[in-house]
Amino acid sequence: MKNFHHLLRHEIRVLLFSPATYVAGVLFLVLMGLIYWALLKGFTMSPQEETPATEFFRVFWIPAFFVVPLLTMRSIAEERRLGTLQTILTTPTSTFVVVFAKFIAIYLFYLFLWACTLAFPVLTTEMTTAKQAQTILFDPASLLGGFVFVALSGTLFISLGIFCSSLTRSQLVAGMLCFTGLFLLIAGSRLLLEVPLPETGPLGSLNAPFEYLQTFEHLLDFSGGIIDTRPFVYYLSGSLLFLVFSVILVERKA
Amino acid sequence: MVSLVPSIRAVDLTKRFGPNHAIDRISFEVGAGEVVGFLGPNGAGKSTTMRILTGLLSATSGEAWVAGRSVARDPDSIRHLIGFMPENNPLPEDMRVIEYLRFRARIKGLSRKIGKNRIEEVLDICDLKHGVGRKLIGNLSKGYRQRVGIADAILAEPPIVILDEPTIGLDPHQILGFRRMIQQLRGRMTLVISSHILPEIEKVCDRSVILNRGQVVAAGTRSELRAIFSPGQTYELRIDGSLSEVEMRVKAADESLILRDSYREPGGNVRRITFSSESNSNLVPRIIQSLQGPGLPVIQEIRIRRASLEDIFLAATKKTWKSMPNPLREDEDRITGSEDDQE
Repeated sequence: MKNFHHLLRHEIRVLLFSPATYVAGVLFLVLMGLIYWALLKGFTMSPQEETPATEFFRVFWIPAFFVVPLLTMRSIAEERRLGTLQTILTTPTSTFVVVFAKFIAIYLFYLFLWACTLAFPVLTTEMTTAKQAQTILFDPASLLGGFVFVALSGTLFISLGIFCSSLTRSQLVAGMLCFTGLFLLIAGSRLLLEVPLPETGPLGSLNAPFEYLQTFEHLLDFSGGIIDTRPFVYYLSGSLLFLVFSVILVERKA
Repeated sequence: MVSLVPSIRAVDLTKRFGPNHAIDRISFEVGAGEVVGFLGPNGAGKSTTMRILTGLLSATSGEAWVAGRSVARDPDSIRHLIGFMPENNPLPEDMRVIEYLRFRARIKGLSRKIGKNRIEEVLDICDLKHGVGRKLIGNLSKGYRQRVGIADAILAEPPIVILDEPTIGLDPHQILGFRRMIQQLRGRMTLVISSHILPEIEKVCDRSVILNRGQVVAAGTRSELRAIFSPGQTYELRIDGSLSEVEMRVKAADESLILRDSYREPGGNVRRITFSSESNSNLVPRIIQSLQGPGLPVIQEIRIRRASLEDIFLAATKKTWKSMPNPLREDEDRITGSEDDQE
């Protein structure tokens, strides 16, 4: 991991100088603020079973669909187009470190954006005086579960984005590929459950892996305080796989 | 002490992209401390060769060694040995020159203190002091950008520096600056410079490797190349008198002299006449003697014109063009042949 922290600092700097970062950040916070406001409005209209935090994290896919492509599409595609990627690859730095630094920089920014949404329950709790409302608005268990889920799923989403960026020289194509990939990963896995499979037999054995891939089920488990190791294996191994593929592509197409 | 191990050695390097050979079994050597020019028309395979030498591309077959280490088998160690400026000199537009060099120094493994000293040194060598260091790279002129690229390539004091088209787009002042910069680096590191701007290579390089259509068509010093591709001498005379008399007398002086070119200068009887000879001996005294006497044409100026790198390059590339099969040229030959037949 030689040079990792120099490259990480450089990548964070590149992110902070990129207009796409600010577009993604502003869109994310405005959209999530509006979603939180709509959720609270719903809570004032009728009683709900879940806490606002659980409901809030249930729409994680909305920002993921545009924030992740906006943050990742530039990472490798643009550097390859400009040629700056080859100047880095001729230095004594491994390709994995180059790709990993990009991944970590974007991942940290993704976490930062989600951490900003912590302000919503904090502010609403501060504004109300009712003790019961305060407990419901700032439920530490649901918030922690939701954030752990977002942090975990974020590894897979961002590594997928970086992989898409390593496939092409065009930022636009990289962004569209990433959006499609995320859609298949999040919504497509849900469609797998619609496949009519028998309960038993060789085909029936596919039920378990299909359920294993359900991102929404993982979120419900985490929000309910259930920390299962299987999603950790799924997201972390998936993200590692995408990063390794990205490294191979960068080396092949440098 | 000069190292006996060549800085760069390539043996039968081949790179294919699908059915096309970008380079085809090229072999050459670059000695330690040499300044070598890599010449060739566009698409000759210069950049591909350089990318293979820096480990950015892998060769389809053949092998390259940098300071005795195999590029294919030991790519990590050769990255410490080579400073590379790619074609078009890609640089991040939104960084200041000093920030960029600091970042490059760190990822090239220079400590903060050594890096600081080296940055000062390369800013000086590349004439980037006096406020340029604080400027955004995106706001720099082409010449300054090239200097930043070269500063980056030499930053970690690598023993071998490869510059791909460093003079492209530079104005005459900037080209002079580039020449001075190369003179400062001469002897401190091995330099490989690719270009198709031949006068530049001629002025700064000790030796040239000429590529054409993915093959090395010539390699050597200018005098070695001249002996192969442009043997003999060319004499240029500025003379006041009749052309036929000059030709007759000069040919009588030495039979090998052949009239190549002649034109009359405007507003007078002075002509510029070019003779060539396959003989390498100096025929100037004989030419002068043949034209001495009352009533004979008066020599105003005589000089030997040596073949420039451009002449050598044209001769070398023309030779490969003729020796290689090409359906288009066959068509041309056929057309010419049929015209001859008609005559």
